Amino acid sequence: MRLREIFNIRIAASVLMICALTVSNGTVTAQTQDTTVSSITTVEDTAAASATQISSSSAPLISTAVDTVARYKNMQPVSTAVDYSAAYKSGAYYFLLFILLCVFYAVIVKVMEVYSLSKDIQGRKGPRFDSRNFQGALFIVFLLAGLYGVYWSYAVQGPMSMHESASEHGLDIDFMFNVTLVITTIVFVLTHIALFGFSYQYRGSKERKAYFYPHNNALERIWTIVPAIALTVLVLLGFFTWRSITNVSEEDQKKAINIEVVGEQFKWNLRYAGTDNAIGKRNFKLTTPTNGLGIDFKDQKSWDDQLVGEIVIPVGKPVRFTIGSKDILHSFYLPDFRVQINAVPGMPTYFQFTPRLTTVQMREKRNNPAYDYVMLCAKICGSGHYNMQAKVTVVSEAEYAVWIAKQPLYYSDDVKKELQLAEQKSAEEKKKIALNTNTIIK
Amino acid sequence: MASTAIHDTAVLHQHDDHGHDHGHHKETFITKYIFSQDHKMIAKQFLITGIVMAVIAMMLSVLFRLQLAWPDKSFPLLETFLGNKWAEGGRIKPDFYLALVTIHGTMMVFFVLTAGLSGTFSNLLIPLQLGARDMASPFLNMLSYWFFFLSCCIMMASFFVESGPASAGWTIYPPLSALPTAISGSGTGMTLWLISMVFFIASALIGALNYISTVLNMRTTGMDMWKMPLTIWAFFLTAIVGVLSFPVLVSAVVLLIFDRSFGTSFYLSDIVVAGQILPNQGGSPVLWQHLFWFLGHPEVYIVIMPALGITSEVIATNSRKPIFGYHAMVYSLIGITVLSFIVWGHHMFVTGMNPFLGGVFMITTLIIAVPSAVKTFNYLATIWRGNLRFTPAMLFAIGLVSFFISGGLTGIFLGNAALDINLHDTYFVVAHFHLVMGAAAIFGMLCGVYHWYPKMFGRMMDERLGYIHFWLTFIGAYLVFFPMHFMGIDGVPRRYYAFTEFAFMQEWLTVNVFITWAAILSALAQVAFLWNFFYSIFYGKKASQNPWESNTLEWTAPVEHLHGNWPGEIPSVYRWPYDYSKPGHHEDFIPQTTPFSETMSSNLQHDFEDNPEAELIQQEWERQHALKGPAAEEIK
Repeated sequence: MRLREIFNIRIAASVLMICALTVSNGTVTAQTQDTTVSSITTVEDTAAASATQISSSSAPLISTAVDTVARYKNMQPVSTAVDYSAAYKSGAYYFLLFILLCVFYAVIVKVMEVYSLSKDIQGRKGPRFDSRNFQGALFIVFLLAGLYGVYWSYAVQGPMSMHESASEHGLDIDFMFNVTLVITTIVFVLTHIALFGFSYQYRGSKERKAYFYPHNNALERIWTIVPAIALTVLVLLGFFTWRSITNVSEEDQKKAINIEVVGEQFKWNLRYAGTDNAIGKRNFKLTTPTNGLGIDFKDQKSWDDQLVGEIVIPVGKPVRFTIGSKDILHSFYLPDFRVQINAVPGMPTYFQFTPRLTTVQMREKRNNPAYDYVMLCAKICGSGHYNMQAKVTVVSEAEYAVWIAKQPLYYSDDVKKELQLAEQKSAEEKKKIALNTNTIIK
Repeated sequence: MASTAIHDTAVLHQHDDHGHDHGHHKETFITKYIFSQDHKMIAKQFLITGIVMAVIAMMLSVLFRLQLAWPDKSFPLLETFLGNKWAEGGRIKPDFYLALVTIHGTMMVFFVLTAGLSGTFSNLLIPLQLGARDMASPFLNMLSYWFFFLSCCIMMASFFVESGPASAGWTIYPPLSALPTAISGSGTGMTLWLISMVFFIASALIGALNYISTVLNMRTTGMDMWKMPLTIWAFFLTAIVGVLSFPVLVSAVVLLIFDRSFGTSFYLSDIVVAGQILPNQGGSPVLWQHLFWFLGHPEVYIVIMPALGITSEVIATNSRKPIFGYHAMVYSLIGITVLSFIVWGHHMFVTGMNPFLGGVFMITTLIIAVPSAVKTFNYLATIWRGNLRFTPAMLFAIGLVSFFISGGLTGIFLGNAALDINLHDTYFVVAHFHLVMGAAAIFGMLCGVYHWYPKMFGRMMDERLGYIHFWLTFIGAYLVFFPMHFMGIDGVPRRYYAFTEFAFMQEWLTVNVFITWAAILSALAQVAFLWNFFYSIFYGKKASQNPWESNTLEWTAPVEHLHGNWPGEIPSVYRWPYDYSKPGHHEDFIPQTTPFSETMSSNLQHDFEDNPEAELIQQEWERQHALKGPAAEEIK
């Protein structure tokens, strides 16, 4: 009965192998014929179409350093007929390789089965392959390799990912991060040593019986209370840090430089509050091609608001960001400063922080003369989500004063002209209406 | 006399003769395999649909991993399969990349880990482990599967509409999901997503109500709540969580449908998109997030609790030891159930929600870590001094515990509002939830498949392929997700089409290549499972009635399936399901159906807590046999 089964599977395996060979040969030849015909003529058309679509969605009031459209275009392959047959071939080879691997495995298994069966028939009882010991040993190997892997990650990728915070509140966050990291790493290592160690040590044997141990209330109490205490410490620490970051007193709010950031697909619009340090009102209904943010210029606070292409802030002074969105959700994210808050259409959000390292200082610390702080979008917002950035520069107060003085106003001549025109129009309309009503009354 | 007292609960019962007359029905192919009302067949339907969905979702993930690893390389094969609209010149387009991410998430969370996991094992095990002929309502059970199937079809159909499938992320936050002008996937694709989800929720609700009523009403004689296996506790509590939270998602979805199609403004306000000023005012995108996460967070427990229940059972059986702290395990499940409803805000710390509220949610979130920690320690204590049998199911159970620890610990970072500022929506989150609810839950599911395969198909799966499958998947999953933590700490956001545009992300490009190879490795490892699964249905070794020497009721049912599960009377239950390696007994397991009168040599005082009469009898027996309870000695 078992022998027959083995024969069947052998036949099946060889049939499979033959099938695999023919199929993969077939695909190689078929696809080499195909590819020369495949047309890529539409590439440029669609690229152009999508480009116009994207540009029409963004009001061209400010040009930030980032130009998604251009980059997106660059991503397109050159539109010449490429011979893909090599790629298809390599794909087919990989497929074939995998099938052969499977067949190889099946053959080995069958050989082993035949071997053990022939031993059984001969009545010899040699040392049998013991999967319990083997699996137990694998757990120990995995544990050791895993622990080394974790150590390697901490040692190599840790420094790649953990950098000094460029903001003051970021230091508190980093402190708490490190406390949490130490606690969790200890628990992680100990529990895994226990898990895999027990798995190895108590791997099954027929001579032994497991220890009947249904519960131990004292033990259970301990491992309820200890994590509870550890978590209470973390909760308290976290709660007060969180409150200190998000709960800024009104006095401190007044001390900060006010900057508005408004996200839209796929760029950030930046507005500095100007000499009065107050941002003018916005009303989305006032949005026009020249007034992309819909700033309400009847509000005098908006007259000195400045238009900038990148964020420049002075070191050691609090800055208060008011974050908004024109279209959909975005997320205002400055990883170097440990700052993130969503940009929500219809609801302003705020984040106040104090930078503590200038860009130059950070470059020295990271030993990278080209390093720049960045601001990115962390909330999925569409095809350009991965490239919605703005540069952030932290400078000394003197440099900041020089820079800010040079920035243009939002309330530019173009805007004034447009507003005048609009006012004239509405005035005329009013006159007309007045006349009409007069005539009606008459 | 001794036996009557111990037996007495078993005598009065059996008015339920429902099963006897079922042999007379004529079963056609359609009633047996398609519109079946038998819970075992429905379980298999759920499982196979879930596996198909898992394979599709996994292939989607390999596609976007290719893009992340080699953003500048073209893969002509992709153009062949996906067409030049989505993969022009062999490169996946940004919009389609987002669609892949979205549908991967949706399918995995809802179709695989909710329906595939709960649907399969609740259906299979609730009647079998409780001693019921079938579910409380077999017809609704069938309906539940077919709603699920329909919802899968609709979701798949969205790949064939012109504007592409939904692509606003699996959380489909409006306004992005409400505005087709913002992203093409929010056109017909999103409509299909929403319709599919409504059917899915209907399916999940019908299923959950059925599970609850079956657990409450249809337990066999002697099966009081505290004698139920932990699997059933987990399914029962999962169903309760589902019933209370899924309806909220329906309301959220319906409001979104209104916003999209009928011009209401529940989630929309102050929007200028594509140069067009929208009339909507007064809505709030944050409202969606509250409604979504009111389901969304309990949802992750809907995903993980059945997995934990399954592993509890498998670890106890294969350690040949009672699960450590049965009551603590149940209470921690109950704790998780209750707390899961008041932690949803931790997904929203930086969404503009009132920061004080964020602080409150942080406290509740970190409290929920306590019952999870208790469960982990109890697993470790169960393995300690056990006599482990490394069946593939057991390996997957151990793997689950490992993932649950790793992913759970990173949750302590994310649950902390202050740390979340810098980790929110980064790869750290991706790593965290893939370990704790992705890998852990799928390991729970695979563990269940390997363990109950003999019950489902009457045959055994091949062990060696199971071992290969386990090790490759286990190693692969860690290699994929562990490095992602570090990317996240560095501030790399998730759902980024390419890492090429930011200088600081350049150093992670090589890591991305590594992760993609690891993902391909783990994807290929699933071939071992798929082959094993489908081959063994037809050619696997015939299973014996109780292949794992397990205590629970399902192994007392015959291998051949019959409608009604047991021929003749339903067995009665006398003891809890975890009497493994009880000292004084000649075998290392005592099935739940064995009365104490048959195991006088191994009974413990603890077994007679509510039954002083039986205790007296036991003492009398021990005196007669001049033993001071061999059990008691060994315990010391």
